[in-house]
Amino acid sequence: MKVFVDEDRCCGAGSCVLVAPDVFDQRDEDGVVVLLEDRPADHLHAAVREAAGVCPAAAITLDGTA
Amino acid sequence: MSTPSGVLVVGASAAGLATAEALRRKGYGGALTLVGDEPHPPYDRPPLSKQVLAGTWTPERAHLRTAEVLDVLDARFVLGDPAVALDVPTRTVVTASGLELGADAVVVATGVRPRTLPGQADLAGVHVLRSLADSLALREDLLVARRLVVVGDGVLGAEVAATARGLGVDVTLAGPQRFPLEAQLGPFVAGVLADLHAERGVRLRLGSAVTGLTGDGRVDGVLLDTGEVLPADVVVVALGAVPATEWLDGSGLTLDNGLVCDARCRAADGVYAVGDVARWHHDRLGFPLRLENRTNATEQAIVVADNILGAQRSYEPVPYFWTDQFDAKVHVHGTPAADAEATVVDGDPAARRFVVLHERDGVPIGVLGWNMPKQARQLRLHHLAPQAPLPEGRR
Repeated sequence: MKVFVDEDRCCGAGSCVLVAPDVFDQRDEDGVVVLLEDRPADHLHAAVREAAGVCPAAAITLDGTA
Repeated sequence: MSTPSGVLVVGASAAGLATAEALRRKGYGGALTLVGDEPHPPYDRPPLSKQVLAGTWTPERAHLRTAEVLDVLDARFVLGDPAVALDVPTRTVVTASGLELGADAVVVATGVRPRTLPGQADLAGVHVLRSLADSLALREDLLVARRLVVVGDGVLGAEVAATARGLGVDVTLAGPQRFPLEAQLGPFVAGVLADLHAERGVRLRLGSAVTGLTGDGRVDGVLLDTGEVLPADVVVVALGAVPATEWLDGSGLTLDNGLVCDARCRAADGVYAVGDVARWHHDRLGFPLRLENRTNATEQAIVVADNILGAQRSYEPVPYFWTDQFDAKVHVHGTPAADAEATVVDGDPAARRFVVLHERDGVPIGVLGWNMPKQARQLRLHHLAPQAPLPEGRR
């Protein structure tokens, strides 16, 4: 799995951090998403998929289904 | 309930799409159909009053998913064909074109429609803002507008005022409150917002209710309860919205400020509701609640998907919304109230970067961040444990 984030779309809600804190963080200054792991380990995939699903700005996209 | 062999989602916007995606994520492999009243693939509404209205995004950029991602969803999209009736016992939906679609589970995600003023439909130059078409039509008018009056001092009205001002339009914001969003933010933060609008040249004509529109063929003014008329050649009516449940009249489902559901977001056996239209019983709080928040659409969708697949989850979110106006990004967690005690707990209001905690009787009820989204979210986790009660007025 490869994770992409679109900083321009990000609204800073932090929903992704609540769901998958090992993969996503937010910048201190403006809350925009910070991707900690662009190829997260297998055990994180379910949480990352949920994070992409709940993102209220559709700013997280995933490549690959592994 | 056993795993359904067919799921029909009525509504192809954020909540409907999120439900469909959550079902697939959780392994549902049966038939999946989404019915939408608009011709577009699922798109996002928050940009309609900001990036799309400002013209910094093309309309396509508001689409929630690419065509390729929607393909992988393996769902049938019936678009531009609104549902007009639901037969609850057989879970059959009829569309305007006459399609009859049956399923084991039906998810109602038809959202809300804007409130309007009397006579509005007969006057050119008067707009509401809910759909992509609304946003594009308003933008076209704003590009040649001389004087815009925004009727409504809530989130949408204030966002439209800010965006229009950014386009160089002469903007007046009218509404009954002392400050924009006072009910949502409380007087302290709403006062900072009022200052921001005034600094950027928005005329605030607050504290008076709007009673009607004037004009012959085309709008030329907005009438206040003081008798004053605010001249306008374009008007946006942003007076809130009502649940889009007319199509369920006579279905036997309970309609009362939304489609009434139990704690599991279930309106009847095999019928669920999600998003703006759903008024579900919040078990922890002990009363029904309906939230028109963007994150609610996706969070509730996950619970509905689980329950369709046999879980018995009750839905108990911490409410949250954000709004972007000029350079301010305001993030609101929980249920701040105008009469709550407000304390600055981080940052500095003078620097326009701060977090405010709202408390009632010493109990935290809301966290509001102004250009401090991360810190507000962290303080939400600290203060807004799931047991925080909602104030009476927000039920």
